[in-house]
Amino acid sequence: MKSTSRLGAWVAIAIGTLYFLLPLIATFEFSLKMNRDGYSFEAYKVVLSDPGFQATFGYSTLMAVLTIIVGIVLVVPTAYWIQLKLPRLRPLVEFITLLPLVIPAIVIVFGYLKLYNSSSWLPLTGNERATDFLLMCSYVTLALPYLYRSIDAGLRAIDVRTLTEAAESLGASWPSILLQVIFPNVKSAILSGAFLTFAVVIGEFTMASLLGRPAFGPYLQLIGANRAYEPSALAIIAFMVTWASMGLIQVFARNARPARKTA
Amino acid sequence: MSTSPDSLAHHPAGQTRKGLSTLSLQWLGVAPFLLFALLFLILPTATLMIGAFQDADGHFTLGNIAKLFDDSILSAYWISFEVSAASALGGSLIGLLLALAAIQGGLPAWIRPTLMTFSGVASNFAGIPLSFAFLSTLGRMGLVTVLLRNYADFDLYGTGFSILSFLGLTLTYLYFQIPLMVLIVTPAIDGLRTEWREACESLGGSSAAYWWHIALPILWPSILGSTLLLFANAFGAVATAYALTGSSLNIVPILLYAQIRGDVLHDQNLGYALALGMIVVTGLSNAGYIWLRSRAERGRE
Repeated sequence: MKSTSRLGAWVAIAIGTLYFLLPLIATFEFSLKMNRDGYSFEAYKVVLSDPGFQATFGYSTLMAVLTIIVGIVLVVPTAYWIQLKLPRLRPLVEFITLLPLVIPAIVIVFGYLKLYNSSSWLPLTGNERATDFLLMCSYVTLALPYLYRSIDAGLRAIDVRTLTEAAESLGASWPSILLQVIFPNVKSAILSGAFLTFAVVIGEFTMASLLGRPAFGPYLQLIGANRAYEPSALAIIAFMVTWASMGLIQVFARNARPARKTA
Repeated sequence: MSTSPDSLAHHPAGQTRKGLSTLSLQWLGVAPFLLFALLFLILPTATLMIGAFQDADGHFTLGNIAKLFDDSILSAYWISFEVSAASALGGSLIGLLLALAAIQGGLPAWIRPTLMTFSGVASNFAGIPLSFAFLSTLGRMGLVTVLLRNYADFDLYGTGFSILSFLGLTLTYLYFQIPLMVLIVTPAIDGLRTEWREACESLGGSSAAYWWHIALPILWPSILGSTLLLFANAFGAVATAYALTGSSLNIVPILLYAQIRGDVLHDQNLGYALALGMIVVTGLSNAGYIWLRSRAERGRE
């Protein structure tokens, strides 16, 4: 009995592995075939030296970094304040942070285009800088569920009240309590939220495409529609970026202090 | 938990003493967040919902909603529903089996963390790169297609299969649906106590009896809830389908995308109604997920 169930488990894992590795292997193999006379990294060379790749990847990286900074500045004080002073508001704030998982991204951006068009009260789609700002806000919105949950979990694991009272009794101001006491204590939670955000934002397509900004996602789509081998190379690069982000989360999660005794 | 944050809830910072002015000051602490949510999440969605009930001149009408039931739009919703349902059901079944195998299958200890890490990556590897990967695998020139033709003498595309079809899109969606299921269902599987299995065995119950009468009834709300979450996840996805099929497969997110890009319906307010329809579908399935999850958590206590 035991051995048959173990056999079944091995079979399940084997089929799963096959399903998940085959597309990666196939993509990698295809990306090497650009030169007719054998395997080469030609497609990667072409992609990496394409000014379009450099510009859009740079743009999306910058967007991701700004998103992470604004997201942290928005979420950490809020989650901290909810924990310390307004626990009654926790259900409301949690509900709001889950909304971006409920409302599809395409609906949110459609709403932006209706609300902030160039003839509206706040014409954020009127010029490029303002649209960049709107795109960044849309990414902060998309990142809210991930950022809030990981930062809230980090704050729950430390004794926010005692830390705050200790800092207050030493005469610390609110900014220095947040910056010097709370931030360092939830650093690993912030970082894991940040890397997840990076993975989500870097290849995002819908928002950037509909707001008409030159991000990496629309570039991927363009290359996919017009080239043969470069898309595979780009897919491998994107997969490695995602993998790196997730790997870094694991590293920081492992280094996190064992502050909480789990039940 | 040693430091229970919930205990804070019982003495909310002595509002009665400090009075109303402190209360409004306390609200200031969450004001930036609420303002942001209002401007970039709630108002944009609300304005679409209102637009769905207006005609071009801003008068109230149910005409847009009625037009959703036109054959062409209804069929888009139906295909979306089918793709989302198929990838959600397949994803939750396979994800459940994989998680069970890794956690309870008696496999070497390194399998589980490897599966979890990989699931974290794969559930986020969606969108355009994913469609590239599946084109390289199952497209006309894809590795699997070519290998099958050359070595197994099997013409995949001769069977009517296409990566651009319903089946192809479902297979592609499974690539992020299965890992997502693994991630959400793992806590529920961890909640199955070994005592229950031992009790069942000592009473002479078979393995099948354990699964049918004990484990499945306990896991059921989690499985059903996760399936609903997967459904909503697939229903709102645009990028993967768009990069894979262009506009050849008529699903709602792509119809909406085309509508926003080029006004294919020539009716802005019908677009708002399409968006409202999407929110209703994803909203209902998420509400179902939250309700079932709270039931599952209560059952575990």
